[in-house]
Amino acid sequence: MSFWTDPILVANEWFTGLLADLLPEAWATLISTIVGVVLVSSFGLILVIFLIWLERKVAARFQDRIGPNRAGPYGLLQTIADIVKLLTKEDSIPEKADKLTFNLAPIVSMIAVLLIWAVIPFAPGWIGTDLNVGVLYIAAVGSFGILSILMAGWASNNKYALLGAFRAVAQLISYEVPMLLTLLVPVLLARSMGMMHMVEVQSTWFIVLAPVAGFIFLVSSIAEVGRTPFDLIEAESEIVAGYHTEYTGMKFGLFFAAEFLHAFTVGVLFAILYLGGWRGPGAVEYPILGVVYLMAKASIGYFIVMWVRSTLPRIRIDHMLDLNWKVLTPISLALLIATAVLDKVFAETALRAPALLAGNVVVLLLSWALLRGMSRKARRERQVFKKRPEARAVQP
Amino acid sequence: MEQNWLFIGVFVAIAGVFPLLPIMIARILAPRKPNHIKLETYECGMETVGDTWVQFKVQYYIYGLVFLIFDIETAFLYPWAVAYGVLPMFAVIEGVIFILILAGGLFYAWRKGALEWS
Repeated sequence: MSFWTDPILVANEWFTGLLADLLPEAWATLISTIVGVVLVSSFGLILVIFLIWLERKVAARFQDRIGPNRAGPYGLLQTIADIVKLLTKEDSIPEKADKLTFNLAPIVSMIAVLLIWAVIPFAPGWIGTDLNVGVLYIAAVGSFGILSILMAGWASNNKYALLGAFRAVAQLISYEVPMLLTLLVPVLLARSMGMMHMVEVQSTWFIVLAPVAGFIFLVSSIAEVGRTPFDLIEAESEIVAGYHTEYTGMKFGLFFAAEFLHAFTVGVLFAILYLGGWRGPGAVEYPILGVVYLMAKASIGYFIVMWVRSTLPRIRIDHMLDLNWKVLTPISLALLIATAVLDKVFAETALRAPALLAGNVVVLLLSWALLRGMSRKARRERQVFKKRPEARAVQP
Repeated sequence: MEQNWLFIGVFVAIAGVFPLLPIMIARILAPRKPNHIKLETYECGMETVGDTWVQFKVQYYIYGLVFLIFDIETAFLYPWAVAYGVLPMFAVIEGVIFILILAGGLFYAWRKGALEWS
């Protein structure tokens, strides 16, 4: 193991060895932990500066524009310039606001996203900490983001902000249900909640074994982030800017940065749970390649998020909730049952992968047929109303 | 094991410092000239009518309640999923029955109209 194959491991061994000579063991552990934490979280924060530039460039291309191109080469320094601008903006706190909660909310939103990165496996051996309850930890920490939105909306003492917060309650927690259920499918397939183990067992990517579950996970994650078409919590044509109406300067910037980082984190989670994480040719010998693979795969998920954002219009709140409770949740329950039964019946046989794939396809076709039948029935009812106007009067 | 959670604990503290830093810098750099009109609640230029912290549509809370039920029941399924590899077929079927009861709960809420936005 040399520096060039695994720089982090070598650096870590050198550093802990150095500390062990100088300090008692408890202190050495604490200091190396702090260094690890700073490394992982600053990776996320530096990433977000690049991500905002990337998203603006890609969104511009979708709309046939050029995007930021003035500050630095290809406009790369645009985000830095924006940060400097935000830092010099006046920070106004409304008189009627609940000051403590108001100031705490943007900080909590950033913490919630950064905490997810603690258990992200970047490459073999490169992980903040390999918790044995990694998936559950992600689900738990992810919910903090909702809390921050509620705090912001309630503390602003502004009707639009409060409406945004209430929509967040309806939307984000609703979409948490199919997300949790489709998080269970990889846990079932891997028989573990550890994130590193999750990647190690994916000799066939889970997207092959559970494509529909992967799709539902991606859709409900987009709703979790509050991206278009699910951005009802900050629908500017209806409720100004939603929960961050009253925020100015750097506090708004923190909400903004947290949202962008969360969108990419969704791509990373999708890559780890369904696309095999850092797996790829040569990743075990050269961990640095693993990071490249993970980021490439995460970019696929992130690109889909951006693509959906620039393509689809915002959907109505009742449609959004119907999609969640009446389509995604039942399908993910059915998928969970199909995966559990089929994986047990065909365990350790060559038929495991085809059977699981077939189970997914059957669930998809069944739900497709059911939805088609329901939409036809609804259309027929509408036509009856159109032909006989008096029929509408009878209906309450 | 303890070292894992030490990492998370330190992470919570440091992840709090990172967003606090720009806010502190902004406090030094940014101008501060507050006045009464600037600090009023912004509702598109109209003067605010009444209190904001009032009663709200009950449907939001119903979704909250349905979510709570599902969240807890899903949390029960995680240990089952982790132990899945060593479970016999019988225990897997028990898990499936649990999921079916969950689906029954969803169907009940659906029929009761708890999932209608109106």
